[in-house]
Amino acid sequence: MRTFIGIDLGSTTTKSVLIDENLEVLGRGITNSRSNYDVAARVSKQEAKIAARFTLFRNALGKDAEHLLADLERNFRLEQFLSALRQLEETCIGYLDHPRFQGTKAALRGSLDAVFRKIEVEAQAIYAPGAARKSDFFRDIAGSRFMNLAQAASREAAIPFETMLNIYDKSIIDVESRVDPDETVASQMRNGLTRSLSSAEGVGVDRGEALSALGKVLAIELEETYVVGTGYGRVRLPFPKEQIRSEILCHGLGAHMMFPGTRTVLDIGGQDTKGIQIDGNGIVTSFQMNDRCAAGCGRYLGYIADEMQIGLHELGPIAMKATRVPRINSTCTVFAGAELRDRLALGEKREDILAGLHRAIMLRAISIISRSGGVTNEFTFTGGVAKNEAAVRELHKLLKENYGDMTVNISPDSIYTGALGGANFALRAVVH
Amino acid sequence: MSQPEVVKSLSQVKQKEMIGRNYDLITGGTAKVSSTFVPGNLNELLMCFDIANNLPEINAIQNAMRKKSGEMIAEAERSGHSEDVCTYVKADIGMMAKGNIAPNGKPFPDPDVLLLSYTGCFTFMKWFELLREQYRCPTVMLHVPYAADGQPTKNMRDYIVKQLKEDVIPVLETVSGVKFDIDRLREYLRKSAIAENDLVWMLESSKHRPSPVDCYFGGVYYMGPIFTAFRGTDEAIEYYRLLRAEIEERIALGLCAQSPDGDMPEENYRLVVEGPPNWTSFRDFWRMFSEAGAVVVASSYTKVGGVYDYDGFRHDPDHPLETLADYCLGVYTNRNLPTRVDMLARNIVDYDADGLLINSIKSCNSFSAGQLVMMREIEKITGKPGAFIETDLVDPRYFSAANVKNRLESYFQMIDQKRRAGGSAAAAGA
Repeated sequence: MRTFIGIDLGSTTTKSVLIDENLEVLGRGITNSRSNYDVAARVSKQEAKIAARFTLFRNALGKDAEHLLADLERNFRLEQFLSALRQLEETCIGYLDHPRFQGTKAALRGSLDAVFRKIEVEAQAIYAPGAARKSDFFRDIAGSRFMNLAQAASREAAIPFETMLNIYDKSIIDVESRVDPDETVASQMRNGLTRSLSSAEGVGVDRGEALSALGKVLAIELEETYVVGTGYGRVRLPFPKEQIRSEILCHGLGAHMMFPGTRTVLDIGGQDTKGIQIDGNGIVTSFQMNDRCAAGCGRYLGYIADEMQIGLHELGPIAMKATRVPRINSTCTVFAGAELRDRLALGEKREDILAGLHRAIMLRAISIISRSGGVTNEFTFTGGVAKNEAAVRELHKLLKENYGDMTVNISPDSIYTGALGGANFALRAVVH
Repeated sequence: MSQPEVVKSLSQVKQKEMIGRNYDLITGGTAKVSSTFVPGNLNELLMCFDIANNLPEINAIQNAMRKKSGEMIAEAERSGHSEDVCTYVKADIGMMAKGNIAPNGKPFPDPDVLLLSYTGCFTFMKWFELLREQYRCPTVMLHVPYAADGQPTKNMRDYIVKQLKEDVIPVLETVSGVKFDIDRLREYLRKSAIAENDLVWMLESSKHRPSPVDCYFGGVYYMGPIFTAFRGTDEAIEYYRLLRAEIEERIALGLCAQSPDGDMPEENYRLVVEGPPNWTSFRDFWRMFSEAGAVVVASSYTKVGGVYDYDGFRHDPDHPLETLADYCLGVYTNRNLPTRVDMLARNIVDYDADGLLINSIKSCNSFSAGQLVMMREIEKITGKPGAFIETDLVDPRYFSAANVKNRLESYFQMIDQKRRAGGSAAAAGA
């Protein structure tokens, strides 16, 4: 079948959206951008294709199979994780032949074996039904487990922890750069389905019917009829110029597709903030971006999280507990870090300071929006920061203060807005 | 990476010679030297006293294009000038601190007179205060009233003429030892008007499709002689005659405007631009346009040294002092916001442009103010989309290539999208 793909290469994550000829989203894929946009694009595209096969499988089985599908997805991710883990182990072992590890090779091999066997066992729990994962990226899950287990293993074997880390660091880059071929993915899906059908989740679904339906879905060729790249890394894509679109246009169109009533779009990504005005057809009429300085972008929050030694995803929930929102004057990321330490030293509560910082970035965003032409109902907030509840709360307050009541749209898939617009441009390039 | 060698045209060769000769005159030690600014510069008057014309902004630009302004700005900041000060000023101050070497490699002499023609930029006044402190030479200020109501009045003109008679000319006579001869001024002004006619022809040649010239990146070169030390000279007449002939040939051949890499193969976008170019990354900046097939058909920056195409001004030898007053009153920097809006909106219509691009200058407080409002107004008047980018004049730290390119590409694609949609209806639901 003909498919149309938009790839949004952001500074933090790379997103792909795959649609069919009827503008139906079949699959979404996301990966960390690493420092290699080519790989990130290939991985996210493969992920979108995997998601598309899940969608097609869901369509084939009907609504009654939702439980089975959820379980299949979980089992597939487990299969995928174990496969990547095997690759990681093989790569680590491959590095042991380096002359540098000559003296400790046997000890290292033993330690690596111990670590990987433990992660293999833990994987079942990591992907158990209902288990929460802070990240779905292999690097994050495998990395955090490896760090934990390698410390003990290296101590036991009396080898430096840094050596284990060094081998891991080298190997993870290689493994991350591999994209599983379609055949491997198909086999992972088949294995996943077999696991699911053997478990309680498979009850009520005809085994033969399910396996046959999956076979048919896997046999469908997902033809990449046209691919459009957008985002900061777009120039790095191996695409001709015509297949590259500005992320401003892609975000405008993507927001329109998600919420057709949208007239103003705010996108806060890793390194830029965009205020975009669009017309009733998703066409950009005006835009503004942050200039020269990335204060108030996603990276600002990342920096603050690092300063506080907490996870990025914890910022919002902590800030939501604030009882007052202090005025943070600096929108400069580095100065905000200084202000943060200063206020902590003065005894201010962490949640209050964080709430103030969230307000500071939204103030800057509002300034960019106002320069792009103000806010017109409906308003759509996109980008990774739209997932942060404290940022959203401050945005609501500021919009109300400055522009009155209005509809504020935030899609759970907001991070894919640019890629969605890109996919639509891909379709238009062929169909129109 | 080596860049392809672009063959220089006769007019380019001539201009290079003219500029080189002027620097030799300034640094030669024989002529008296005045420092003065481009907007409202009184070149014809200075020539009446055999005074050479040295323009600090032009020196800053020359240094920026030779990648020297960064270290000069750093030098000025070391001596206490804030990061937010106009970078033309800091490049000039830094150049002085670093030996005051002219582009021809010889040291600039201390000026014999500072002639400040104040035409709307308040920084000029502060700049000249610094220069006066440095050189302690005679300083004369011609106060040109701001055309706040759009139209200069007779009182304003009389006020300037009075200053010319009572302040400027007597100081120049004293400094030079040359008696003012109004007929000599008339003769220079007559020559100015001839060159100005060809200049306006050049500016309007971009109404052709494709435009044979780029009136921003190319335009800053074409404006050189008329805005600097050559207005009123035979050389300027000759330069614009040569330029006109070259453009006529380009029109006959149907050539697109030139780019840093030769003739543009195609013209995809026609823009009107407000604000100066970035000088430290001038060619890279230009390529962001030319590689997309974007040509600038009109720009306000090519009017800062004199507006000739908007209300038909030409220097008038029959009213020599009055015409100098009119010239100063009419330069772009002395125009109010509604007039700037009207000029740019008219340009968009008259030159059949796709829209307005504003390059707002980080360190220019005088002219960056109000630009967003101008853009919105012009969008409303013309129905054409505007876009806003931000760079700086000669401070290399404030040119973020990826950011500027991103915005420009978005703008070009926005124009495409609007064209395809034909008012956007056709794209509905697609």
